[in-house]
Amino acid sequence: MASSYLTAIPFIILIVAYFTASHIRLSENPNDKLLPSIEKFGAAINRLAFEEDRRTGQYTLWVDTGASLARLGMGIGISTAIGLILGIAIGLIPYIRSTLAPLVAVISLIPPLAILPILFIIFGLGEVAKVVLIIIGITPFLIRDLSQRVMEIPIEQIVKAQTLGANSWQIITRLALPQVLPRLISAVRLSLGPAWLYLISSEAIAATAGMGYRIFLVRRYLAMDVIIPYVVWITVLAFLLDYLLRFISRRSFKWMGGEATTL
Amino acid sequence: MTEVSARHVSQSYGDNKVLENVNLDVGDKEFCAMFGASGCGKSTFLRILLSQEQPKGGEVFIDGEPIASEPGRDRGVVFQRYSVFSHLSVIENLILATEFDQAPMFGRLFGQKRKKAMESVEHMLEDVGLTAARNNYPMELSGGMQQRLAIAQALLRKPKILLLDEPFGALDPGTRANMHEILLKLWRDTSMTVFMVTHDLEEGFKLGTRLVVFDKTRWDPDFPNAYGATIVHDVSLDQSAESAEVKARIRDQLSQSQTRRPREEKDDEAN
Ligand SMILES: Nc1ncnc2c1ncn2[C@@H]1O[C@H](COP(=O)(O)OP(=O)(O)OP(=O)(O)O)[C@@H](O)[C@H]1O
Ligand SMILES: [Mg+2]
Repeated sequence: MASSYLTAIPFIILIVAYFTASHIRLSENPNDKLLPSIEKFGAAINRLAFEEDRRTGQYTLWVDTGASLARLGMGIGISTAIGLILGIAIGLIPYIRSTLAPLVAVISLIPPLAILPILFIIFGLGEVAKVVLIIIGITPFLIRDLSQRVMEIPIEQIVKAQTLGANSWQIITRLALPQVLPRLISAVRLSLGPAWLYLISSEAIAATAGMGYRIFLVRRYLAMDVIIPYVVWITVLAFLLDYLLRFISRRSFKWMGGEATTL
Repeated sequence: MTEVSARHVSQSYGDNKVLENVNLDVGDKEFCAMFGASGCGKSTFLRILLSQEQPKGGEVFIDGEPIASEPGRDRGVVFQRYSVFSHLSVIENLILATEFDQAPMFGRLFGQKRKKAMESVEHMLEDVGLTAARNNYPMELSGGMQQRLAIAQALLRKPKILLLDEPFGALDPGTRANMHEILLKLWRDTSMTVFMVTHDLEEGFKLGTRLVVFDKTRWDPDFPNAYGATIVHDVSLDQSAESAEVKARIRDQLSQSQTRRPREEKDDEAN
């Protein structure tokens, strides 16, 4: 219990510091846009989240959230599937390892944002390019992390499974897959940060909705009263996603004892 | 009927000759205890019997047929470590073999079939004293319990041959004696041929019907890896005639081979 109070302290200090600074600036110049007051935030949030936009007839915040989460979900989902399949194949089958591992290693060195223009040229400015950017950005890491974990499975365990009558497919489904699932979840958790980065970046450059799009759109009007709530909202969503994954990992992998409950 | 014969088996890793011309015939229902100094190739020989690796020379036959090139259900194994599946509970470890048989696609049974599989391993749980721990995961078990689970898991498959690589090496003497009783009972109940590597002479004498000692017959202190080990003693023991003389001879052989070192090591000690 005491620790949850301790956790709250830095946040409270930050919030108090912000509004103190905001108050000082606004009392000097009421038109200052840099550190808006709590009332301005309230008005902006109300307008974006709870009132239909006069031009589009939509609730802006929710449309943006939906668009961004759909892209993020698709990107992470597809990356996870590819990472799991290739990670197990590379980790388990030496022939595939020697063929694919160097390619994955090289691809993982390409800075994904550098090829964003190429993606826009190939896939157009629609959804595909944004999802593909996330996939290219995080899949190589997932593949390498998971294949590493699969290679760490002691050879004795695989031999033991064979002596119990397992065929290759059963070795994958009953041994490799369950052994890498905890690692998969922690790898996806680590990938969430980069995934958000690629999402916001591609939305900033070309989109018609999305949280990154909105932030960069209103930047022109120095609309800090919109930008800051959006940033806080993104942070809350990122935290919830991370929390969800951690929760799943804790619930599902009792066999690992304390090991699955990492930060 | 299970007869295992090794014919001129040799193994080397690069320049390191490990086994050389190993010949062995082990008959039906024998319990073959294998001794030898550390690093002389006992585990290597077991891995060859298991088809975990192929010998560089020679061949192994089971009932006159060359052994399969991959590990399979005819040969069970208990390693010193990593023998049970850490992500499965005790009971899940035990029904795994049945699941592999009955669910070729995903190796997993559900509902009534799973329940039946669990019931069918109940007697084995009892035999190895793990009934109370049935739902625990291996990391919640002691070393002795894990090894009992590993043995039970291997035996449920009813292999023709059981290979044990220092299965009790990490256990205290009391637990070890307890494990011997369990193993002997299970061995008598089934009709397996057992190969067991051990460093404990008493253990070998107590359990084995056959004692085999590995050692190098030629030895060059400048090139310790130039010659491989082979079988230097091969004694049949009927349990009654546990002769002190055989024991003494084998003990002698083992202590000799353990004092042999490469030249540099000896020099180091002299300094
Ligand atoms: N996969 C391998 N690659 C290279 N060398 C190996 C390999 N496996 C074993 N060796 C070598 O073969 C020799 C015999 O090893 P092995 O494990 O069979 O000995 P051991 O008799 O079981 O010893 P211990 O009693 O310590 O278990 C050692 O010198 C070891 O370094
Ligand atoms: Mg060994």
